[in-house]
Amino acid sequence: MSENILHVENITMQFGGVVAVNNLSLDVNRGEIVALIGPNGAGKTTAFNVITGVYEPTNGRVDFCGENMIQNYPKGKMAKSYKGENLGLYKNSISKTPDQITKLGIARTFQNIRLFSGLTVFENVLIAKHMRARQNIFSATFRLNYKEEQRMRREAMELLEIQDMGHLKDDIAGSLPYGIQRRLEIARALATEPQLLLLDEPAAGMNPQETQELTDFILEIKNNYNLSVFMIEHHMDLVMQISNRIYVLDFGSLIAQGLPEEISNNPRVIEAYLGVSDDAEN
Amino acid sequence: MAKDNEKIIQQNMLKPDGLNPKVKYSIAAVLLALLLLGIWWLEQILPPSSIIFTVLKKGAIYSLIAVSLNLLNGFTGLFSLGQAGFMLIGAYTYAVLTIPPESRAAVYMYYDGGIIDFALPVPVAMLLAGCLAGLCGFLIGLPVLRLKSDYLAIATLGFAEIIRAIVQYDKLGPITNASNLLRSFPVFRSTLFPFIVAGLCIAVICLLINSSYGRAFKAIRDDEIAAEAMGINLFAHKEMALVTSAFFAGIGGALLAMFQMMVQARAFTSAMTYEILLIVVIGGIGSITGSIIASFLFIACSEWWLRFLDEVQIINGFQLPFMRSGFRMVVFSIIIMFVVLFYRKGIMGTKEFSIDGIYKFFRRLFTGEGKKPKEQKGGGAA
Ligand SMILES: Nc1ncnc2c1ncn2[C@@H]1O[C@H](COP(=O)(O)OP(=O)(O)O)[C@@H](O)[C@H]1O
Ligand SMILES: [Mg+2]
Repeated sequence: MSENILHVENITMQFGGVVAVNNLSLDVNRGEIVALIGPNGAGKTTAFNVITGVYEPTNGRVDFCGENMIQNYPKGKMAKSYKGENLGLYKNSISKTPDQITKLGIARTFQNIRLFSGLTVFENVLIAKHMRARQNIFSATFRLNYKEEQRMRREAMELLEIQDMGHLKDDIAGSLPYGIQRRLEIARALATEPQLLLLDEPAAGMNPQETQELTDFILEIKNNYNLSVFMIEHHMDLVMQISNRIYVLDFGSLIAQGLPEEISNNPRVIEAYLGVSDDAEN
Repeated sequence: MAKDNEKIIQQNMLKPDGLNPKVKYSIAAVLLALLLLGIWWLEQILPPSSIIFTVLKKGAIYSLIAVSLNLLNGFTGLFSLGQAGFMLIGAYTYAVLTIPPESRAAVYMYYDGGIIDFALPVPVAMLLAGCLAGLCGFLIGLPVLRLKSDYLAIATLGFAEIIRAIVQYDKLGPITNASNLLRSFPVFRSTLFPFIVAGLCIAVICLLINSSYGRAFKAIRDDEIAAEAMGINLFAHKEMALVTSAFFAGIGGALLAMFQMMVQARAFTSAMTYEILLIVVIGGIGSITGSIIASFLFIACSEWWLRFLDEVQIINGFQLPFMRSGFRMVVFSIIIMFVVLFYRKGIMGTKEFSIDGIYKFFRRLFTGEGKKPKEQKGGGAA
C-alpha cells in the first residue's frame, strides 16, 4: 500500500439550497493516476474547486500529504439550511487560499482553459516560477535578483523545450490552437513544481488522435516528474487506459469506485453515465 | 568601430526579432540625451514664459501620473479613481514640509505661522510625498482589495473626495492652512527638472512592469483565478500595485505643486482624475509610451492649440459665433468623444513605441519584406 497524498473526507458543498457535492470521500495515493468521472453537472469541477481552495466546503475535510489542509462545518445561516450528512463530525475551520495550496504542491488546469491570453507562451510558464523565487519587489525592480531571474527563465525555457513548445515561446498564448493551449496549461501547471496534478477535462474538445497523444503525454509527465494525477475526464478510452482507479460521481454523490474494469462493468455506472455519455458528448 | 557595427548588424539580420540589447540601450540613451539637450537649447533661445515650456512641464508631470494610473488600470486590471487624492497628498506633503520657516508667517497668516518651523530638503520632501501617498493607498487597499469586484474604484473615489475635505478642515489649519493656499515653497525653473524626475520615476515603473512582479500583475489582469492557481497571492500583489501607483502619483502631485508654485486642495477634484483616466484611455490602456504621448497631446490641446477658441474672434467686423470663453472645452470634449468612439484601444493599444519597433519598421520599409509597416507604430489600431 503506497503512501496517501490526497485524502478527501465527507466533503459536502452546498450553494444556497443546492448540494453540488454530497458527502464525497476519496483518496489519491502517491504515484497513482486516479480519475473522477460522472455526467455533466455531477459536481466534479466543484470537488476540484474545494480541493484547490476556490470554494470553502460546507462540511468535511481535505488532507494533503497527511496534513489537514482544509476543514469546515456549517456555520451561521448554513447551520440551519444544511442538507448534508455528518453534521457535528468536524469542529474546526481551516482554510487555505488557492495560492497557498499551489505552493503546498497541488497544481491544476481548468475545464475552460484559463491561460494568460495576452502574454506569451514563455511568460505564461515563467509566471508559475514567481511564487518560489527568492526576491521581493525592490530586488526584482532594480534587478538585484538577477541570478534568481536567470534561474527562473532557464527553468521555464527547459520545461518548454521538454514539452516541445520551445519554438512557440514568443507566441501570444491566446492565439494558439486549442490543443496546444491545453498542453501549455498543463506545462504551466508543471512549472509550479507540484506533487499532485489536477486535470479538469484535459481532453475536452479533442479528436481521437489528439486524445491518444494527450494520454501518452500524461503518462510521460507523470513518470518524469514523479507526479500523482487526479483527473476529471469524459473520454472513456483515455480514462480506462491510464487510470489506476476510478471514482464515479452522480448528482454530487459517489455511486461507484474501483479499478477500471470494475467500473466499466458496474450496471449503476452504465445506467447513470456510460450509456448516455456518447450522445451527450458531441 | 565600423567593422564592429557591421558585425552587430549582421548578427541582427540573422536574428529576425529585434536589435542587440546593447545597441538598443545605447540608442535609447543617446535619444534621451538629445531630448534633454534639445530642451536645454530651447530654454536658451525662447523666453521662459513661452507656452512651450508650460506644455512640456505639465506634460511631463501628467505623463508620470498617467503612467502611475496605467500601472493599476492597464497592467494589474484594478480600476482606481483616486489619483487626484494621491496627488493631493503628495502636493500637500511636499508644500507643508518645504516652506522655509521665514516665509511661514506670511503663508499661514491666519494660523500664527503654523506649527511647523522647519523645512526639509527638496528630495527628502518629495520622497516623503510619495511615501505618504503610498501609505494612503496601502490603507485603502486593506479592506477593499480582498473583495473580488470593483469596490476599489468606489473606495478610491471616496478617499479622494474625503481627503480634499479633510485637508480644508479648519482645525488642521496650522498644518494644511485649511482652505487657504500654500505657496513660497521651493519650485523649479528649468523644464529639465520635471523631465528628469518624471523620467526616472517612469523608468522605475517600467523596470517594475518588466520584472517578475510586473509579470505577476499582468497575470492578475489577464485572469485572476489562473493567477491565484499559479501561486500568486492576489491581495499582496494588488496591494503592491496600488501602493506603487499611489507613491508615484504622490511624487507627481509634488511636481505639480512646484509647477503651479502654489497648492490649493480645491483644485484636486475628481475631474482631475477623469482627465488622467482619459489620457490613459486615449494613449492605450496597458501602454506606457501611449500614456506619455497622450499626456503631451492632451496638455498641448488643452493649454495651447485650442486656446484660440476661447477668445472672441472678429473677422471683418463680424464676430464668429460660439467663440467665447468655455468653447474650448466643448471642442475638446468632442475631440475626446471622437477618439474614444473610433480609437477604442487608444493611440497605442497595448503596444509600446520602442526602438526595436522603429528598427523593424525601417527594416521592413527598406527590405520591403513586410506587408503592412503601418501597424508597427500602432498608429490607429482599430
Ligand atoms: N458557484 C456556484 N454557485 C451555485 N451553484 C454552483 C456553483 N458552482 C457549481 N454549482 C452547481 O453545482 C453543480 C455541479 O457543477 P460542476 O461541479 O461544474 O459539475 P461538473 O463539473 O461535474 O460538470 C451544478 O448544478 C452547478 O450549477
Ligand atoms: Mg466540470
